[in-house]
Amino acid sequence: MKWFLVILNISKTHLLSRIKQSSIAALGVTFGIGAFIILMSFMTGLNGLLDGLILNRTPHIHIYNEIKPNQQQPIHLFDEFSTNLNVVYSIKPKQTQLKIHNAQPIINYLEKDAKVKAALPQVKTQVFYMAGAIDLNGIVTGINAKNESTFFNFQDYIVDGKPEHLVNNLNGILLGIGAAKKMSLKIGDRVQIATTKGEIIPLKIVGFFQSGLADIDNVQSYVNLKTAQRILGENENYITDINVKLFDIEDAVPMSQMISKQFNLTAIDIKTANAQFETGTSIRTLISFSVSFTLLVVAGFGIYNILNMMIYEKMNDIAILKATGFSGYDVKLIFISQAVIIGFVGGVLGLIIGFIASKIISNLPFETQALPTIKTFPVNFDYMFYIIGIVFAMISTFLAGYLPARKAQNIDPVEIIRGQ
Amino acid sequence: MTKVLEAKNINKYFKGAVDFHVLKDVSFDIKLGEFTSIMGKSGCGKSTLLYILSTMDTDYTGELYFNNELITGKSPNDLAYIRNKHIGFVFQFHYLLPEFTILENVMLPAKKLAEKSMQEIEHDAMEKLRLLHIDDQALKLASKISGGQKQRVAIARALINNPTIIMGDEPTGNLDSHNADNVFNIFRQLSQEQKLSLLVVTPDKEFADKTDRIIEMGDGMIIG
Repeated sequence: MKWFLVILNISKTHLLSRIKQSSIAALGVTFGIGAFIILMSFMTGLNGLLDGLILNRTPHIHIYNEIKPNQQQPIHLFDEFSTNLNVVYSIKPKQTQLKIHNAQPIINYLEKDAKVKAALPQVKTQVFYMAGAIDLNGIVTGINAKNESTFFNFQDYIVDGKPEHLVNNLNGILLGIGAAKKMSLKIGDRVQIATTKGEIIPLKIVGFFQSGLADIDNVQSYVNLKTAQRILGENENYITDINVKLFDIEDAVPMSQMISKQFNLTAIDIKTANAQFETGTSIRTLISFSVSFTLLVVAGFGIYNILNMMIYEKMNDIAILKATGFSGYDVKLIFISQAVIIGFVGGVLGLIIGFIASKIISNLPFETQALPTIKTFPVNFDYMFYIIGIVFAMISTFLAGYLPARKAQNIDPVEIIRGQ
Repeated sequence: MTKVLEAKNINKYFKGAVDFHVLKDVSFDIKLGEFTSIMGKSGCGKSTLLYILSTMDTDYTGELYFNNELITGKSPNDLAYIRNKHIGFVFQFHYLLPEFTILENVMLPAKKLAEKSMQEIEHDAMEKLRLLHIDDQALKLASKISGGQKQRVAIARALINNPTIIMGDEPTGNLDSHNADNVFNIFRQLSQEQKLSLLVVTPDKEFADKTDRIIEMGDGMIIG
């Protein structure tokens, strides 16, 4: 230990006596690591935002009754044709109801499952918003507003008003912002809704909904579950969709298969529905890593260069250290420790600069239609980046220092002393 | 008297297109407390011999004994330890570490040896500097003192671990006559008062004449 302190003391003196060179070398690392932290924090923050756009409000499993033609046509039941290739043209779907049969027991069953965070019922129906002489197409979804906020971040998409106003309010509606603009409506106004069966129901606007996708905002509105059932003229059993949120998204695929088999319903898992998201995320992360890596390699070459020059300047010192009893290993350690000190100091500075810059970025205004509640740039302050950053800095400077240090280790003192 | 250093049939070649036989069957020994000089013309191989005796150069044939122990073929780390503990060096060019203070330069070999505490080492270093009348410069940077002073610091450094032998490679070669006398007197004093063995390579006949024993070399061989 004492011996190591002696080595460290020598490297410290070397570094301090060339403070300019040392700081330039350290600054290289600082910029590399700082850029790494800023890039990663910003990129993953943005990734999280973009993924959250979809993932937060998309159920992990969406259960509904799909209208589709029956695969099992009468001819398939007829033994005589079983060996033939039977072609049936223009198969039409059977008249069935959209409601999920026995929805409440299914929800109860799912909520008992340890993997399930929540299973929320919804009622979807088509309506027309009546604006004077014009009827606008619309979709009204009946929800349990409180649970939707808890599990699907519903409140993030309400620009005016609050989702709570929908709770216990059978006459309230959260109108899509696009539709509201078309009809020049504001909070507190009434909107007439015509159901597909021709009934007209007046509802009071308690807030506006904005998803950031214009096509959705022009048609989508939310009401209380019971209101939706009333619009359809159905009883409380009438539920068209069940949205399931799981604790672990990885369970979505097997679980959806199990559900569709068990209940004979269509169950779409999030991975099938949004397969492209993971690809985008991983490519963005890859780009950030490779840019930072390049920066660090450049910094590493800087350190390599400076140490190499230092060793040429220090030939005499190396010879004298060896002549007075320092081993080649000691000499190697002196130069490696210099590189690692440069890496550590530069790296820590880089972390600090990266953190400060990330803080500044996270306070810059950033307005987006897609996420009305986001006002500043999203930045991810994950401590893992800081750990990776400093480890990265130490390893790259160690490697940059290792080669010149090994050269110093192998210097023959006799050659230097004789050469004078 | 005990032999401090003994060389047996040392041969060395400089490798090249044609191998050059620098040292031819050199054998001699140095006894405890002896002040010996190796004298010879430039190029006769005297420095080369010194580097072999100093354990820094290991590329030779023959056998080298230090305190009656064979050291030929030992690992570089063992040799570094022997240099550190038992051999003190003084070179023609002073070879101090320019960024360190005088005191630190003197302390460094003792720190490497790590047999004493820092306080003891510092105390010893000051003692050695006082012995060489340079203790008033102890906290100056090594690059900031004169050549004669540097050489005295180098001697103090050579003494710090209380070595068995001090080797000098033309230690006065770069000094004016005043400083050269000074250095010689220090060597003489060390040899008499501390029973140190000294082995000094010099082309200077005057210097050599004042030592206890002269080994004269010519053409890679001991001739007298």
